[in-house]
Amino acid sequence: MGHTIYEWVYIGVVVGILIWVGADSWLVEKHLEEIPEEATTIRVVAQQWFWTFEHPDGTKEVGELHVKAGKAYRFEVVSKDVIHSFNVPYFVMTMDAVPGRVNKIWFAPAEPGEFLIQCREYCGLLHYQMRAKLIVEA
Amino acid sequence: MVLEVRKPRPLWEILFSTHHTDVGLLYIISSFVFLFMGGALAMTIRTELLTPGPTIISDPAFFNRVFTVHGTDLLFLWLLPFAAGMGNYLIPILVKYKDMAYPRLNAVAYWMIPPGAALIWLGWADIGWYGYPPYSTIRAPGPAADMWIFGLKILGLSSILGSINFVVTILKCKHPDMSIMKLPLFVWGILTTSIMTLAALPTFTAALIMLYTDRLGVSSFFNPAMGGDPIAYQHLFWFTFHPEVYIFFMPAIGMAYDLIPKFSRKPIFSYASGVIALILLSIIGFASWAHHMLATGMTFTEKTVFMIGTLAAVPMSAMHVFNWLATSWGGRIKFAAPMKWTFGGIALFFAAGAGGVVNTALPLDFITHDSYWVVGHFHLFVMGTISFIFLGFMYYLFPLITGRMYNERLSSIHFWLMFIGAIMVFVTQHVLGLFGMPRRIYDYVSDPDLIIMNQIATTGAYLQGIGMAVFLYNMINSAVRGKPAKMEDPFEIGEVYYDHRRREPH
Ligand code: HEM
Ligand SMILES: [Cu+2]
Ligand SMILES: [Cu+2]
Repeated sequence: MGHTIYEWVYIGVVVGILIWVGADSWLVEKHLEEIPEEATTIRVVAQQWFWTFEHPDGTKEVGELHVKAGKAYRFEVVSKDVIHSFNVPYFVMTMDAVPGRVNKIWFAPAEPGEFLIQCREYCGLLHYQMRAKLIVEA
Repeated sequence: MVLEVRKPRPLWEILFSTHHTDVGLLYIISSFVFLFMGGALAMTIRTELLTPGPTIISDPAFFNRVFTVHGTDLLFLWLLPFAAGMGNYLIPILVKYKDMAYPRLNAVAYWMIPPGAALIWLGWADIGWYGYPPYSTIRAPGPAADMWIFGLKILGLSSILGSINFVVTILKCKHPDMSIMKLPLFVWGILTTSIMTLAALPTFTAALIMLYTDRLGVSSFFNPAMGGDPIAYQHLFWFTFHPEVYIFFMPAIGMAYDLIPKFSRKPIFSYASGVIALILLSIIGFASWAHHMLATGMTFTEKTVFMIGTLAAVPMSAMHVFNWLATSWGGRIKFAAPMKWTFGGIALFFAAGAGGVVNTALPLDFITHDSYWVVGHFHLFVMGTISFIFLGFMYYLFPLITGRMYNERLSSIHFWLMFIGAIMVFVTQHVLGLFGMPRRIYDYVSDPDLIIMNQIATTGAYLQGIGMAVFLYNMINSAVRGKPAKMEDPFEIGEVYYDHRRREPH
């Protein structure tokens, strides 16, 4: 039975790697969860099949979202009908829009530019077209 | 009947039979029919995505129905029935009993599949294979979604009846001289799978009833406008279907344990660690369901718990892989079709497992979640690993079922087309996900990177389609005209084959 020692060493290495991956992800995620105090709140309203963005001053944008580089924003993601998912691939932001819930996520873009906003949860006929434009101004 | 080469029997004798080899045969044949039907839908999806904009389908609703039925069909009408068919064929032989414990119940479980399948195919629903409410309750048109619900309900019941039969046959009917630690690992694979099915499926059965009453408007379990919560459905659903991926996988693990020692001509490296890993996997498989829901707005603590639960299941899979490689290490390996498929499957399992760890690592999941990455990841498992081992096992059992030998050259062509195709499709899909392409979309942003990658994936899918056509030809042609197999040891590996006299039941 001497050779089973290899199996134990191997399992030990696998478990070690997993603990390392788990601990590291936990630390990073913990950091990402903390929403900065000074962040501006934007309400993201999902519905079949478009996005509406409501700024704190009451202005609304449909299909486009203008923000300023160098500032932090916190999104309150809600849905009016079915489940959607608010996704900005460039900034690795994914948060489901679930009817009856208010989900929060934040980001702080550094550079100006134009980025794709899309829906990542299947929400019916025009799911594939449920896109919007994120415009980060200088 | 073509398959009964030695002593042809009329078709109805097989259809009305309750003998385990006949029921097993029916399960196996229908699972292949559904593999090809689901595969045709896969080709449709990949062809539509060959170029941006409408390619061959002009109506996005049609596309949504195609991917819904594709997923439902392949998971419930290919993977489950194939495993049940092989279990039926071999379990009584391996535990040395005359038949399944309840032969008539066994036939009933089989005969629930055609009506369930008909409801799913004729319903042609558009709610995705997991039918999340509120879409599936308030927006999906009837009767498609209703038929999907009833179809899955019937298939679930069939699977529960089948599992009861396996558990009783294995635990109560095995030969008295055969202790539980002497059961072949294939039997262990079916046993742990069946017990998991019995533990997991009732939750989904309840969820389906709730979904249906919500659709009827008499309840509002998942309707937030009336105090319900759509996320509740996701918990019920994934509590069944995360374990379900292991339910799909464990029969394949059992098959690999059966094939690898034989074709390596070496005893299994560690029987005990195989049994332990199967049992632990069947328990820990239940601890990770909510990793499919990390983006639904869970608290940090919930996310942490499910990340740990998911990572905890990895060492068990790693243990099986070690056991397989250690078994074949230094053996006189014969690379006939069954061994080739099993090794190919293990290679792709490595890649898929690594991808799974990425999904599980919390911040990274938000890159991959609901993107094409996930599609690539689980296809590497269900297609690249599970189906590869299943196909290898089909080649292995071909002589037992038909009394003839398949064509080894054609099987080799089949394998290489499928293996290269799998890499082209599923690895590319991972990258598409990293580029931000969401899953379940009829059209994508017209970006040169996305276009070229989608075309690589579609080409790979066509290679797989050609491979499967070669397979179909090989199976039918060899069953009719193949050279008679030497039934004692058809693969000439100096190992005892299954008891072929069981083929003539009456
Ligand atoms: C044993 C075979 C496995 C099968 C058949 C399988 C299958 C699947 C399927 C079908 C999905 C897609 C869920 C959806 O529809 O969104 C999925 C997603 C996922 N799998 Fe696996 N899986 C397996 C193993 C693993 C392993 C070993 C891990 C982790 C180490 C893992 C981690 C994940 C995660 C975290 C997701 C969710 C990704 C997301 O949507 O964010 N899986 N898997
Ligand atoms: Cu949407
Ligand atoms: Cu959507």
